[in-house]
This record gives sequence, C-alpha cells and structure tokens, in this order.
Amino acid sequence: MSDAHNNDDHGGELEPVEPIADPGLPEHTWRPTDVDPAKEKRAERQVAGFFGLSAICTFLFLVAYFTLDIGDNWHVIAGFGASTMALGASLGFALLFIGVGIIHWARKLMADHEMVEMRHSARSADEDRETTLQALNDGLEESGIGRRPLIRNSLLGATGLLGLPAIVLLRDLGPLPGDKLEHTIWGQGTKDKPMRIVRDGIWTPILASDLEIGDLVNAQPDALKNPERYGIDPIEVEGIPLQVHKSKASLVLLRMNPDDITPGKDAKGNSRENWDVEGIVAYSKICTHVGCPISLNERTTHHLLCPCHQSTFDLADSGKVVFGPAGRPLPQLPISVDAEGYLVAQSDFDEPVGPTYWERDYYDRW
Amino acid sequence: MTAGDMTKVATTNGTTPSAPAKGANKAGAIANWADERLGLGTTMKKNLRKVFPDHWSFMLGEIALWSFVVVLLTGVFLTLWFDPSMTEVHYDGSYDPLRGVEMSSAMASTLDISFDVRGGLLMRQMHHWAAHIFIASMMIHMLRVYLTGAFRKPRELNWVIGCLLLLLGTIEGFTGYSLPDDLLSGTGVRAADGFMKASPVVGTYMSFFLFGGEFPGDAIIPRFYVMHILLIPGILLALIVAHMLLLVYHKHTQWAGPGRTEQNVVGYPMLPVYAAKAGGFFFIVFGTIALLGGLFSLNPVWKYGPYDPSKVTAGSQPDWYMGWPDGLLRIIPAWETHIFGINFSWNVMLPILVAPPLLLMVLIALPFLEAWITGDKREHHLLQRPRDVPTRTAIMVALMTFYGLSWAAGGNDIIAIKMHLSINQITYFLRGAVFIGPVIAFMITRRWCISLQRHDEGKLLHGYESGVLVRSPDGGYAEKHLPLAEGTAYTLTARDRDLTPETVEEIEASGLAGRQVRLRKLRAKLQEKFYSDNVQKPTAEELHDAQHHAEHELHELESQIENGPNRHGPTPGH
Repeated sequence: MSDAHNNDDHGGELEPVEPIADPGLPEHTWRPTDVDPAKEKRAERQVAGFFGLSAICTFLFLVAYFTLDIGDNWHVIAGFGASTMALGASLGFALLFIGVGIIHWARKLMADHEMVEMRHSARSADEDRETTLQALNDGLEESGIGRRPLIRNSLLGATGLLGLPAIVLLRDLGPLPGDKLEHTIWGQGTKDKPMRIVRDGIWTPILASDLEIGDLVNAQPDALKNPERYGIDPIEVEGIPLQVHKSKASLVLLRMNPDDITPGKDAKGNSRENWDVEGIVAYSKICTHVGCPISLNERTTHHLLCPCHQSTFDLADSGKVVFGPAGRPLPQLPISVDAEGYLVAQSDFDEPVGPTYWERDYYDRW
Repeated sequence: MTAGDMTKVATTNGTTPSAPAKGANKAGAIANWADERLGLGTTMKKNLRKVFPDHWSFMLGEIALWSFVVVLLTGVFLTLWFDPSMTEVHYDGSYDPLRGVEMSSAMASTLDISFDVRGGLLMRQMHHWAAHIFIASMMIHMLRVYLTGAFRKPRELNWVIGCLLLLLGTIEGFTGYSLPDDLLSGTGVRAADGFMKASPVVGTYMSFFLFGGEFPGDAIIPRFYVMHILLIPGILLALIVAHMLLLVYHKHTQWAGPGRTEQNVVGYPMLPVYAAKAGGFFFIVFGTIALLGGLFSLNPVWKYGPYDPSKVTAGSQPDWYMGWPDGLLRIIPAWETHIFGINFSWNVMLPILVAPPLLLMVLIALPFLEAWITGDKREHHLLQRPRDVPTRTAIMVALMTFYGLSWAAGGNDIIAIKMHLSINQITYFLRGAVFIGPVIAFMITRRWCISLQRHDEGKLLHGYESGVLVRSPDGGYAEKHLPLAEGTAYTLTARDRDLTPETVEEIEASGLAGRQVRLRKLRAKLQEKFYSDNVQKPTAEELHDAQHHAEHELHELESQIENGPNRHGPTPGH
C-alpha cells in the first residue's frame, strides 16, 4: 500500500475532541537522598556495604572451594553434597549483593529525573527512500540483469543446482534402512540351538515352572551373553550393537491361566494356539506407539501399560490395544521349550517391533 | 531532549565536590584514541543517553536475555569436561552406586562433572535452571507483548523473531537435556526416534541418517552436541542481537499517561540509570540462578542411571516446555491408517509433527491477522490494557487454555496417582476439554474484559466509589462517588477509539468485484465481531455532562450529610 500518509488512513470522519487534555508530565518530587545530606551519606554507605558483603561471599566461595571435599562425599547434607550447596549459596549471594548494591545506587543516588525523547517513524524519510531507490535502479540498470535474461536465468539455474551437492553430501550420515527394522536377534536361533530366553540383568535361562500365574519377567535373548553358542561373533553383541539388539529384542514374559488366552492369528493366518508354554506368553517390550519399553503390569487383568503415553495392551488377546494412543497390537514371540526344559523362541517375531513407520506392513490377527 | 532539573541530585556521591581526578585526562586520551579509529563519537552521541521507559513488565524480556547469558557462561564451563561420545566405558568415578557400571562416555563424563569436578554439579544445575528460566521468561515476555499490543506496527518483525527464539530455545533445551545419555533423556530420544519414523515416506531414512544407523547407534549424542553448542546457539545469538537492535531502533513502547504520548518516550537515560538498573539486574538474575543451582537439585541423572533401551522409569516426562505436545501425544486416540502396505501414523503425526508447527505459525501470524481484521495500518507506541482489546485478549487466553490443558495431559499419569483419579477418565475428559476449554475461555475472557471496560467508564463518568454510605431522610442509602484525579482520568481516556468497519454499501460502491469484494466483506464482518460491545471512551461533551451530573449528586449527598442524621461528630447543642 502507499504509505505516504501514516496516521490518517482511516481519516475522513473527524475524530471527536479528546475528552481530557493531556495534563503533561507530573511535577518531579525530590527524594530524601536528594535533599538530606545525612540520608545521602547513609545510602552511599549502604551501597558500599552491599558491595562489601558481596566481597565477603566471594571470599567464602574460595574458602568453600578449597576446604570442602567432593569425591565420595557427594551425599553430605541431604544426599546433596556440602560443596555444591556452599559454592552455590556463596556465589549466589556474592552476585545478588552486587546487583542489589547497583540497583540501590541507581534508585537512591543517581538522577531520577525522567527525560523525554521524541520518536521517529520507523520508515525512512521520503528523500532517503527516493535516493535509495534511484541507487538501486542505477545499479540494476548498469548490471543489465533485466535486459539479459539469458545470463540471469542461467545463473539462477546453476546456483539452484548447487543445492544438490549440499543435500547429497549428507547421504553418508547413516546407512539405508534396508530390512533391518524387520529382524531381531531372536531369528538367529537354529533348529538344534533355538534361542534361549534369559532373565534381563542376571542372564539365567528360565524354566516354565519358575513362573507363577501373574508373574512378569523382563527377558533378553541368550545370544547377547553367549553369542558363540549361536555362532555369532561376540563383537556383534558388545557396546553399541548390544544397545541396538536390546532396543528391538527386549521381551516381557507373563504367565497367566492358559484358559484366559484367546489365540489370534499369525501372519499366515494360522492360529497362535501353540505360541505359549503352559500359559506363559512372550511379547515385545517395545511399545508400538513411539518405542518406550513397556513395563507396568496389571497383575489381575493381564494388561500391560506403557509409562510414557499410557498405551495399554491386553496380553491375553494377542497384545490388543485396549487404551491409549498406540495404533498396533504388541508383537508376540512364539515360544516353546528346549530339550532341557528351558524357554526358547520358536522363531523371530513375525512382524517388525517398535514404533510404526511408513513402509511397515500390517496384518490383522483377529 | 530535556535534561531536567538536576540541581539537587547528588553529583559526586559525596558531600564535597571532587576535584577532577588525574585519571580524567587519561580517560580522555583513550576516548580520543578510540574515536579516531572507530568514530564512536557519532554512533554513541544519541545512544548513551537513550531513554528507556520504566514498568515492571518490561523486565520479563530482560530476564530472558540475562538467563541466556548465564546459560552461555555455564555452558562453556561444562564443555571443558563433557565428552560427547557414546563409547561404552566402565564408570570408576566417585559416585559409588554406579561404580563399575557400563555406560557411555557422555554419561560417565556427566557424572565426573557432578562428583569429581569442584563446582561442576553447581554449574550443571545452574545451566539447567537457567535454561528453564530462559524459556519460561521468553513465554511470559511474549504474553506481555501480545496482551499489551506491543507487537503492532512497526514491531511485527520483532514479534516474528521472538517466536523463532522461542522455537530455537525449545530445541536447544531438548538437545541439551538429551546429552547426558541417562535413562530419562534416552527414553526421550527413543520417543524422538519414533516421531521421525512416523514421518511420511522418509521417516525411516531420517531416523537412520540422524542416528547413523539403527537406534540408538553411536552418532546421536555427538550430533546433538554440535547442534547444542554451536549451531542453535549461533542462530539464537544472531536473532537475539537482531531483536535488540530492532528494540533500539523502534524505541521501547510505553504506557499511556500524563505527558506520555505516541510521539515521545519518557523514562530514564541509558547512562547512568538504565545501565545501572539493567546491569544490576543481570547480577540479580545470575545470583538467583546460582542459588537455585546450589540449593535445588534438578535432573539428578545419577539417580536415573545410564540409558538402557530395555528399561524405563514410571512417570517419564520431558522437561516442562516439551510437555504440551507430549500431552497431546498421550490423549490422541489410536489413529493409524494402513493402506497398500503403508502407514499413516496420525497418532504421532498430529500431536508432534503437525500441532507444534501449527501453533508456532498461528503465533507468528497473530499480528498480521489482527492488523488485517482491524485494518489498522498506523504505528503504535502506546501500550493497550488487555481489557481494552477484549477479542485479542480472549484469543490469547484461549490459546493459553489449549496449552495448559495439553500440558496437563502430559502429566495425566502423575495427576491420576496424586489425585486418585482414573487415568482413563482423565484422558477421555481432556480429549474433549482441549477443544471445548479454549472456546469457553474465549467467551468468558471477552465478556470479562468488556465488563472491566464498563467499570472504567463508570469511574470516569461518575467518579470512584469512596466507601462512604449516606442515608437519605426517606431511608434510602447511597454511596458517595468522588471524581478521579486528573492524571488518572486522563490515563483512562488516553486510548484510541475503535475504527469503524466498512459497510456493505461502501464495499459494493468501491467498484471491485469477485474475490476481492468477498474478502473485504469477510474482513468487515470480522472487524465488526472483533470490536463488538467494546466501550468507547466518552466524548468531551459526554464527560462534561456526566461530571456535571455527578457533581450535582455529590452536592445533594453532602447537603444531606449536613442536615440529616448522617452528621459526624457531636450533635450541635450539646
């Protein structure tokens, strides 16, 4: 729009007269420190006093730094560490006293007469605008950018192409996903050596008889501790690879009354009736919503609740979502027992675990 | 510029005038040296005594600025020890409950900073406290700017910069609290991985590229670290500088009052008063953060332990400023669409990938939307009271209500436990409340503002309630109203009258056609709604008449007091 007039775009009608005329700035009143030398002197002493207190606090900070030990004294004073408290308090007050002193100085002793400054409009003066516009036009004219579309367009095209290297260079940030999200280490068991299910943390194999009805056990694949048993290079299950495996293979075992279980269907449409061992079912611990480990067990209902966003899954009914934002049931791991009676995985999960992603397929299990 | 009467001001901070010190010549020489190279004389000519108006609410942005400085200072300290690496090590520092536990170097060095570097835990906690205060004060500052109309022309671009600062501050906070690689923050990063995977088409690729492979990989902490200490702070700093330069160029807004107009700015000069107050305030903010850092523990990562993808703690929550999208993520129904072997995860996309950017865009658009509706293209430097623009105030309160309810949803598990409620019922309630609540809040706020306007008008026309009740001879009671002081009355009237919307005839007479006419009609309708029921300030005549009437009533009451049973003091004749 043309901004030639700033304040009367909606003029036309006359604004009614202001009901009350501006009485102008109120009379300045002198502070006690302006008129009473004794008070002025006192304020001066107060300000210096604050600065002095600050110096004392700084000194205390140094004393605390060199005298209070940290190390294994971290629990001194309410499990908090005497050093941190003393350093924080002394540093805090050293800073606060400087601040208070300066502000006290400003309020009591510096001139407190308000000043008036006139504003300017944010826009430049007409003359300046014209000069600038002229300069811009001259420059553009002399460059000939308007007259030489061939140069202009080829430049735009060539510069635009330079965006590609910028994007391509980021390609090596990470590998392509491939089918990595579709497999877990549970699939590395063989017919002779099916993957044992072991307790998370203590890594001992589990007998079906170890679990009572209602018991929940956090479990991991045995390969994470005994890779050689399954022909896996130990380097594959150390450090970061270990974390990667855990973030997909973590399991919860729950024992319930076998009669409570309503077996669903697997990916091929067959019944899941042989996926449990005497009422012990195994489900992925990774929530299908955004991937938190699910951990809260409602013992009486065989419901499992995710502590992050409260999605609730029914482990008696193929991991069906009974509440919350998760869109998919929990993946179930088919289990059986090996020759020694320990719980083992029959195979890998028959679907990807963890949060939903774009190209992830889905099958209905009911 | 008027310097004012300084005759009585203490010029020396002492009782006797000081003789020019020896240093004065030296200072002069230095100034001369600098000016001959930098031309400071010209640039500083106006700025040294630049005037800043005073009001407590102008301090909120200052808190944000100073807490950012504290974040920078403490952050530099932390970088000296922090090792942003995900290499697994066995912790062998002073904190015995975790000694021997395998964890990433990032976590181990965080523990070292906390337990083996003197003052390290203090700095860590100050850094985190200052970050909380930085974001909180930005939000409150933004509310102040919006509710007082300080965002209006010519300051719209500074509003946009402010919105971007809030966004960057939030990302900066998230990347920052993810760095220690503890159980809580790792859970947050895992959720972020889920968010990325939910993105259409490129989700898995984004996840694999960011994490350098499959989650958790070994790249995310170093990459977050670079974003956290270099990329985002650099942009933040540049935007803060731009924010401040524009503030200086536009000059600060001020409240209306006697002598304070659209054309001037009244306040204290930068040197010395404002520099002292603002500088002193830096120490106050810094000191407060130091006290918080020393006395109030937060984010005790040593209690959470190192990240393990198979573990989680109950009550896992992000830092509070990430709480509202997390709340939406909790209350959204389980909406996913599976079609042709692909997934649309609405249950993640809507709360995380759509809602926050949408809210940010709404915030950025607010000044432009309001200017379009009101058609107000004037510059404004006087602030408005929230009650004087009821629709604007109501819009923000509606947004705040949405934010607050979403935020509460982010703590639905805690609310359920602490208040012994059913988490299911809380969730069902909030699903409706996040939509209905803002509407109710909007209506209540709007009417509330209008009622406050009417109260102001009453005070202006009829005087304020003195609290003196008078009984008339026939037994009725009336309260004595006294006229407002001139300055107060002027301040109440020192605001613009609302602009009048175009009428349909005017629009049709304009000779335009089609879409333009429809747009202008829509605008006129919205403008009508925006201003409807507002109380305009009285004209000089109305005010005069009303005051005349009020004076008359006052006289009547006073003569009743004079004659009637309301007489104070001993009855004559005794």
